[in-house]
Amino acid sequence: MSEIRSSIAAIALACVSAMAFAQGSAGDPLAVGRQMLAEDNPGELWVDRGKMLFYQKRGPKNASLEKCDFGLGPGKLEGAFAQLPRFFADTDKVQDVESRLVTCMVELQGLNHEEIVRNRFSTLDRTSEVEALATFVASRSNGMKMDVRLSNHQEREMYKAGEYIFHRRNGPTDFACITCHGDDGKRIRLQDLPNMKDPKQMQAVVSGWPAYLGTKSTVLTMQSRLYECVWQMRLPDLGYVSDMSIALTTYLNYQGNGAVIRVPGVRR
Amino acid sequence: MADPMKIRATLQGDAADIRILMLHPMETGQRKDPKGEIVPMHFIQSVVVTHNGKTVLDAQWSQAISRNPFLGLRVQGAKTGDKISVTWTDNKGDKRADEAVVAAPS
Amino acid sequence: MNQLRRNFLKLSGAAGTVVLALCAGLIKTGEALAATWNKAGFESKAVADALKSLGAANPAESKDIVITAPDIAENGAVVPIAVTSKIPNTQSISIIAEKNPFPLTSTFDVANGGEGYVSIRIKIGQTSNVRAIVKADGRFYTAAKEVKVTIGGCG
Repeated sequence: MSEIRSSIAAIALACVSAMAFAQGSAGDPLAVGRQMLAEDNPGELWVDRGKMLFYQKRGPKNASLEKCDFGLGPGKLEGAFAQLPRFFADTDKVQDVESRLVTCMVELQGLNHEEIVRNRFSTLDRTSEVEALATFVASRSNGMKMDVRLSNHQEREMYKAGEYIFHRRNGPTDFACITCHGDDGKRIRLQDLPNMKDPKQMQAVVSGWPAYLGTKSTVLTMQSRLYECVWQMRLPDLGYVSDMSIALTTYLNYQGNGAVIRVPGVRR
Repeated sequence: MADPMKIRATLQGDAADIRILMLHPMETGQRKDPKGEIVPMHFIQSVVVTHNGKTVLDAQWSQAISRNPFLGLRVQGAKTGDKISVTWTDNKGDKRADEAVVAAPS
Repeated sequence: MNQLRRNFLKLSGAAGTVVLALCAGLIKTGEALAATWNKAGFESKAVADALKSLGAANPAESKDIVITAPDIAENGAVVPIAVTSKIPNTQSISIIAEKNPFPLTSTFDVANGGEGYVSIRIKIGQTSNVRAIVKADGRFYTAAKEVKVTIGGCG
């Protein structure tokens, strides 16, 4: 309980001091560090590892993921990530890159669904394979523009659900996503909060996930980022590749359409 | 066998600009795992870089080098096609060696 | 003395830990030569002791050493530091984070065309001077830059 109070206090303090800080952004003292880290991003090693895992014959069915369909046909990787999330007839669901990987790892390779979900996010003591795979698949859309199409009924429903969730106040803090992400110049301590009502800032967000996080020493994906946000709001755990997570991702990625994809990004 | 490094070697003028990304936990020996047990020290102690077989950089590292380390260096008198090799050794005696070739500037 | 052994001696630094006997006869072309790990230095808790282990008790301040680092580091666990030494005949660069429990983080010996330049990322426990010690022509030089470390927020 006091944790909530102290973090609300921190946020309040940050909002007050954010004004003064934001004005000094001309000589952004954090820029040098971010630039140096971005130029040589450890996340690139996840692309390599993901590629190796993708082509490796694995699981009880001793198969690679080469026949996995990410929306442009089995095995077609170029540009597939840019159009996700999208509806897939074989699962009758709107899916993002991670949920699609889970589908293929289970269907094509016979790997255990529960185990994949249990190891979905890497920690310092345990590595997640689906993270590396998602980074590799996403990297095959590098240089292309985010292009979520909402071309059918289910995709449009997901988008609307995501939009609703983004704006709906919830839980013990009575926050909606937009509470922290609806205005310029907001910060929690020295962490910038992107204004997701601004198309440019939204583009910067969606084009940089998956991202290598310095504080976690691993690449993390949008699923992980959303999980963390929901946790910060003191809401119940966001289910991995749940409808809620896909709805939010659909809404966010569509808002970021036109962004040039450059993954993995790098974050604190 | 440890994960491969990523080595980028590009000619800039007559110097090779070399950038190396490594995967290594660089554990300080002070962290506790989720079970509450101390994770033992595990870090790269030595990195040696050679250029066409000659040692150009010989580094000694402590646990204070960040996880998943990066190393950038430059070598004078390089040409495209020159061979760069990088070897790291950690405190457990594990090793990893990778090679790259100096590429023309893109 | 053959050239390879001369290079090895150059790389060993002034710490006096050259183990010639071990290496005599074992030095071959292309074999990785690793300097003996400076245990005393890396386990020093005081900057002065770390400097002593490098043989650099009184390094001279030098404007020819450029330290590229953020004024404020968002994450103390991954602080990018680059050191460029413009001093001719640079033999080695050591990097010290003065307020770290063990200040000496690393030493880089260069030879055979290796420039006096190195770029790495280090862990800094708190706002601290990051100090570079350069050895050139047997003499020691130094420069420092303060790096502030912040606490982040969400995520």
